Formats: sequence, structure tokens, C-alpha cells
Amino acid sequence: MLEAYFPILIFLGIAIGLACIIMISTLIVARQHPDSAKLSAYECGFEAFEDARGRFDVRFYLVAILFIIFDLEIAFLFPWAVSLGEIGLYGWLSMMLFLGILTVGFIYEWKKGALEWE
Amino acid sequence: MTVALAVFYLLAGITIASGVMVISARNPVHSVLFMILAFFNSAGLFVLAGAEFLAMVLIVVYVGAVAVLFLFVVMMLDIDVVAMRQGFMKYLPVGALVGLVLLIELFLVFGTLRIADAPIAASVPTPEGVTNTEALGAVLYTEYFFAFQLAGIILLVAIIGAITLTLRDRGPIKRQNISEQVHRDRTKSVRMRRVEPGRGL
Repeated sequence: MLEAYFPILIFLGIAIGLACIIMISTLIVARQHPDSAKLSAYECGFEAFEDARGRFDVRFYLVAILFIIFDLEIAFLFPWAVSLGEIGLYGWLSMMLFLGILTVGFIYEWKKGALEWE
Repeated sequence: MTVALAVFYLLAGITIASGVMVISARNPVHSVLFMILAFFNSAGLFVLAGAEFLAMVLIVVYVGAVAVLFLFVVMMLDIDVVAMRQGFMKYLPVGALVGLVLLIELFLVFGTLRIADAPIAASVPTPEGVTNTEALGAVLYTEYFFAFQLAGIILLVAIIGAITLTLRDRGPIKRQNISEQVHRDRTKSVRMRRVEPGRGL
């Protein structure tokens, strides 16, 4: 099984190696004249007034959490789809019950207006 | 097998190093990024252990969704890093205690498996000729029916909990009614008025 992942390992090694080569070679080959002006806001740009991490609406969080829940539902579907031939009607009904439970949640979420955005 | 062993030590080392960085990085966003690195390396470890499906789910669910959620939380909490550092020594004993308990549990699990004279490899067989995902699917929905449905109910509770905790009533929402828009005609929207000179409407 692990042999199948060997190309990924090689690919990972090449990617890391290439990234290192590019970063180190620019450090060596290019001329370095560090200046604080080079890092400052460019031309008409402002200095930042405040921290970039302001609070924002909790609804983004709600959408993300609902996404995770249905993401997990999909994750459960993959092994089921692969082995549906073996597990037969019982496995099918089992999954339908699982989907039914989550559909209750989905209807609740829909009716409650959790996905609404004015 | 030596390659696998070397890769294991590499991945495990990066996982531990990024775990240390998660709790020691100054910027909380950097902590989340190191956590993503730890997730990726754990996925590699799962692949090495033969749990392909878990590795892929770890990447899809944890890297794809949970990490984004953590980023949201970091953004929303508006964390004052200096204030958080002050509590570090206060919570150190509790954290150390939890870590110690987990370590003892790990030793107990591996210890009892050895005492029972059954090697760990025998208790977690990797069946030949069947892929990891198939092996999971063969038992998850039938043999572990109850646990599977329980997972569904836990997800349902999570949906309801998230909605009740975060949803506030924001007044009437403007919705688009397409058929009403299409059936709108001139008589409903335009009125002709005769304006007397010098008087206005």
C-alpha cells in the first residue's frame, strides 16, 4: 500500500527542494540593499491605522460550522458508496436513516433562516 | 521499510515541532497555520499506519474546514496576546496534569496489549486485498450501526446548537420574488398625473 504513496514522497521532496533552491539562490545571487523605506507603505499608501484583526460578524462562523457538519456527512458517504454492494439493503437503510437525521437538521436550519443573508 | 521509518520520524518530528510552535507563536494566526502543518503531517502518519481513509478525511475536514473555523475564531475573539501570556504560568499545572494523564493512558493501553500477549499489530489487522475505505465501509454501517446513527445525532445536535447559540433575529429580510417581478406591468408602476401650472401635485 505504501508503495503507491512513494511518488507523492518524491514529489514532496522535489517541491521542498525547489522552494529552498529558489529562496536561497535569490539570497545569494541577487544584490541585497536592505532599506527600511523598501518595507514601508508604497507611495500614497497609508500606514495601517489599527490591527487587521477586527471583530466580524458571527454569521460567518455559523456558515463555517454548518459547512463542517455537512462536510462530515459527505465524508461518511464515501466508504458507504465504495462498499454498498457488500452491505446490501441493511447498509443502505442505515445510511438513509443517517441522512434522514441530518435532513431534520437541514430543514430546521432552513426554516430558522440560518442561511439567510440580508 | 527503512524509508518508511525515516519518513515516520520526519513526519512525527515536524508534527511535534509545529505543535510546539502552535502554543509558542506570538501571532495567533501563525499558530493556526502551524496547526495546519501539524494536521498535514498527521495525515502522513495515518498513511504510514495504513489508515488511508482517515488521512484523507483529516485533510478534507480538518485542513479544509476546521482550520478555517479556527481562523474565524481567532479573528472573532480579538485576542490580546500580552494578556494571554500572563495566564500561562497559572494554567501550566493544569495543562501538565492533563498531559500526564494522557501519557499514562497511552502507556496503559500499550502496556495492557502487551500483557494480554497479543501484539499491537494483531489487534489492528490490515486485511489483504481490500482497500482501507472498503474495509471501513464493510463494518461501519452494519456492525457499528448504533455508533453510526449516534454520530448522525451528534451532528444534528451540533447543527441545532450552533444555530441557537449564534442566530439572532435581524428583522425582516428582503427576499426576491421573481414571479412578482416578472408579472409587474405598466398599470401597477406608472401613473399619469395632470399637473396644473404653478400648483404642483
